[in-house]
Amino acid sequence: MLGATGARPLSGGTDLIVQLKSGRNRPNAIVDLKKIPGMIGIEAYKGGFKIGASTAGAQLGENAALVKAYPGVVEGAELIGSTQVQGRASLAGNLCNASPAADSVPCLAAAGAIAVVVGPDGEREVLVEKIPVSPGKTSLKAGEFIKAFILPERPAHASDAYLRFIPRTEMDIAVVGAGVNIVTDGAGTITAATVWLGAVAPTIVQVDASCLVGTKLDDAALAKLDAAAQAVCKPIDDKRGTIEYRTKVAGVLARRAAAIALKRAGER
Amino acid sequence: MAKIHVTATINGEEAEFLCEPQQTMLDVLRDELSLTGSKEGCGSGDCGACSIIVDGRLVCSCLMFGAEAAGTDIMTIEGMAQGEKLHPLQQKFLEHAALQCGFCTPGVLVASKALLDRHPNPTEEQARYWLAGNLCRCTGYDKIIEALMDAAAEMRGE
Ligand SMILES: Cc1cc2nc3c(=O)[nH]c(=O)nc-3n(C[C@H](O)[C@H](O)[C@H](O)COP(=O)(O)OP(=O)(O)OC[C@H]3O[C@@H](n4cnc5c(N)ncnc54)[C@H](O)[C@@H]3O)c2cc1C
Ligand code: FES
Ligand code: FES
Repeated sequence: MLGATGARPLSGGTDLIVQLKSGRNRPNAIVDLKKIPGMIGIEAYKGGFKIGASTAGAQLGENAALVKAYPGVVEGAELIGSTQVQGRASLAGNLCNASPAADSVPCLAAAGAIAVVVGPDGEREVLVEKIPVSPGKTSLKAGEFIKAFILPERPAHASDAYLRFIPRTEMDIAVVGAGVNIVTDGAGTITAATVWLGAVAPTIVQVDASCLVGTKLDDAALAKLDAAAQAVCKPIDDKRGTIEYRTKVAGVLARRAAAIALKRAGER
Repeated sequence: MAKIHVTATINGEEAEFLCEPQQTMLDVLRDELSLTGSKEGCGSGDCGACSIIVDGRLVCSCLMFGAEAAGTDIMTIEGMAQGEKLHPLQQKFLEHAALQCGFCTPGVLVASKALLDRHPNPTEEQARYWLAGNLCRCTGYDKIIEALMDAAAEMRGE
């Protein structure tokens, strides 16, 4: 049914229904994915997690095992909107709405999350960062939708963090978002680091975080990360922030999120 | 397009209605079921005046299709008082004068109930964050929070 031209999948509707009302999106059919078994819920999977694509943000925060393993992924998802929005908004909707400022996406990408895509040609697994291609556009083909997200098994002494900057404390669109995933050797030295930024380019962008590997996040490593983050920014100028401002904030947030992720990795 | 036939539990009673595919739950409540307590402030998820509880979750009824209600258990502001007896939240909102024009009040009350259902002993900060999606142009929020905290204490038997 989704293959029919002009049909749209529905998860929480917190983007789609707003767009229907404004006339920005005019589908001729809407398919409520939540009625399909497996689209909602969180289960242990291959040492990590499988999250039904339409699972609401609030449910992620209520899953203690997920919060412990991937606090950054959960904090990104929980930043989406108000309590009311949290009752419906899903990871799939956040990703497929393809806003560069989508809050759950940088940490999902940093975690190496995989989207399980189903469609007329069967099932395929795609890295999360390959789904959005430009504002409002995804790489999904006609009739395809995301069924679930897979979060890989967590090594010991690894964690993540997401920080966003907004002019208010709640209910606003990110000026910059930074998701950082860090693996350590257990003694505080970083063995792997992945950093993605949101809202500073047409899609999320990856920061070269190789400067962190082998360090304990000393000042020199942080300065290099700051510079690497600023180097990948191609932001827009708007009322929420100028190009210079967004670029500078990206460096600051990357540093701070890395410090939080490292601290959390030490506590696991 | 054909109308969709929906059965749901609303405020503890079985309800049946016909709706257009694009009709929101807020429109269904107000226009089909004459439950006009839920208000439309923005229609875009920003103000919370349309808040209802669906299967235990607080949502904006303006961002839900009526057709999605099929098989769900819904509470609206009309389900809050027991007959003539006000819910403790309603009573405390009156005592603390936590409303002026009242337009936001149904949504604030439903959202407050959803909070206390889950967290009977919230901190003030928790309550303020929980209600961040309920906008009020009149009260400045302090009285709403005072009334909520007072009602929570009373409901805990303190
Ligand atoms: C008041 C308010 C505040 C908000 N605040 C934030 C915020 O702070 N940060 C933020 O990032 N976003 C925010 N949003 C936007 C929105 O809530 C999020 O993007 C949310 O995650 C969308 O999820 P959904 O399930 O509601 O998506 P839907 O509206 O159901 O869908 C969004 C898009 O994705 C498609 N889609 C849905 N599910 C699938 C699937 N499984 N496979 C393929 N395509 C799919 C739909 O067809 C549609 O194009 C806010 C929205 C509102 C109304
Ligand atoms: S009317 Fe639904 S949030 Fe404003
Ligand atoms: S009392 Fe008027 S909007 Fe809240």
